[in-house]
Amino acid sequence: MTIEIGIDPSAYLRDKYAIVGVGETTYTRGSGKTTRAMAVQAVRNAILDAGLKPSQVDGMLAYQNGDACFSTPVAGDLGIHLNFYMDIFGGGSSVEALIGVAMGAIEAGMCKTVVIYRSMNGYSGVRIGWTGVRAARPVEGDALHNRVYGWTSAGQRYAMSFMRHMYDYGTTSEQVAAVKVAHSKHASNNPKALYRKRVTVEDVVNSRMVCAPLHLLDCCLETDNATAVVVTSVDRARDCRHVPALIAGVVGRACQPRTDMHLQYGPVSTSVGHYARERLWKAAGVGPEDIDVTGSYDAFTFTTMMQLEDYGFCKKGEGGDYVSNGTIELGGRRPNNTSGGALCEGYTHGVSMVIENVRQLRHDVDDSCPVGPDGHKQHTFDYREGGCRQVKDAQLSTNLGWAGPDKGSALVMRRGTR
Amino acid sequence: MTDQTTYLGMSLSIEENDVENREYFQHCSTHRFHLQSCCACGLLRYTPGNACPWCGNLELRWMPVEGRGAVHSYTEVRHVVQPGFKPHSPYLVLLVDLDTQKGIPTEHEALRVVGNLTDADGKLASPEVVKTVGIGTRVRMVFSDIEPGISIPQWTIDETAEQPKQAWRFPEG
Repeated sequence: MTIEIGIDPSAYLRDKYAIVGVGETTYTRGSGKTTRAMAVQAVRNAILDAGLKPSQVDGMLAYQNGDACFSTPVAGDLGIHLNFYMDIFGGGSSVEALIGVAMGAIEAGMCKTVVIYRSMNGYSGVRIGWTGVRAARPVEGDALHNRVYGWTSAGQRYAMSFMRHMYDYGTTSEQVAAVKVAHSKHASNNPKALYRKRVTVEDVVNSRMVCAPLHLLDCCLETDNATAVVVTSVDRARDCRHVPALIAGVVGRACQPRTDMHLQYGPVSTSVGHYARERLWKAAGVGPEDIDVTGSYDAFTFTTMMQLEDYGFCKKGEGGDYVSNGTIELGGRRPNNTSGGALCEGYTHGVSMVIENVRQLRHDVDDSCPVGPDGHKQHTFDYREGGCRQVKDAQLSTNLGWAGPDKGSALVMRRGTR
Repeated sequence: MTDQTTYLGMSLSIEENDVENREYFQHCSTHRFHLQSCCACGLLRYTPGNACPWCGNLELRWMPVEGRGAVHSYTEVRHVVQPGFKPHSPYLVLLVDLDTQKGIPTEHEALRVVGNLTDADGKLASPEVVKTVGIGTRVRMVFSDIEPGISIPQWTIDETAEQPKQAWRFPEG
């Protein structure tokens, strides 16, 4: 089967759009708020962060899994007059794809500035791990071939790919545990993170087994929170408050040649980055070696590892070494999820990892460094516990969003100029 | 009429208009595994669907398929999500490459059929047996009879097959 993956380079919108605002609510386990209330707060924070007023935003995109409020009441609450909105179904990988959709909507003349959000009570409401109300849903249709076997949660489903990666390449639990270790160090320098305690490889591999090969600490958090980003054209970005994070290239919800839960199209130990990376790097005009900071989705330690490998940050099969040799830690060549990610900061289906990279590219990460007379952080680049988490002179970032081994999205951002 | 039953605390339902799944499970209820085969290119497919993933043809026929193969990957579930599985923890979910159509039409494709590890009667395997199965283990299909007319395919160790010296198991310290 031959699939034409190339597109006309004139269709690329490289550096013509930017993320100009980011915002979130507090990461909690038990928000005591509705998803609508949290969405309003996060969207408002992102718009104000951009230096805009709600009335200057006219597009809205949101995603959910039947577990959150729609765009229209959020826009209504904030007095946003929408020229365009859309609510879509999805979890991980949605935010990168929706950034591309926002660019398309603006390019098509449907609106001028789009806010994208995800709001979820993933701990106190519809639990992401599929315990509680989700486990009680009737089994029908495709679920007759998966849930009926106790093959339900994300961890149980993706474990097939992770286990096969260990078999095919000799990847070890200790190697992938280094992802959690790195992210926990990053989280210890992030006052917003829910879990700020640094952990060791031993802590991870000695934590109780959930479903092999996943130990408890290989799995991300379930949290309640909302997160939002504002996308607009580079011309409008000049009037905004911060250095823009230019969108160099985006891949939205790319798939393996055959998308299915039962992995009929192998290799089972290869994820979608293998098929998507050519598009991504061509669109962005850079390669993995040029990237300063990554945001490889850490629903599990393994998802971070597999995606970095399949998008070409190391050779196929060497992901275990890549994530455990210091590269992905602050102070290393290419830190990953400097906020602590879903493993430590909080879980919000990917938006938080884009937010973090926007702040990295602004050189204004919200760590514990002192604020200087210019109102900006005076970063020390001392990454010891409780210290700095700004990557020195970050110019290019990549986000890799995971929706499964067979589908995902990716985003390359570049530091712009005022 | 929609077929409904309960299995390990889960409410199972095969909708009347879900003709693909109805036929799949009808064959399972007689313990004869069948898959859809494309009338144009002849390739078998799993799970039941509505067109041929390789050529897009809509016409199909149901073909008997031998339920034998080897474990391609697996997970051993210890923290149970669905309460009905709690008495059976730890349990295995196996991703099995059927011998039929393995590596066709391309090298890494296979009919990968999911099921639990069970005994020969389709009862979820004991913790002692769970410990013996890993990647490479030869398995054969059996069925869990949920109620008359409704059975689901499962996997049990193939006693008649030559087994690998040691199946690959997740290494635990």
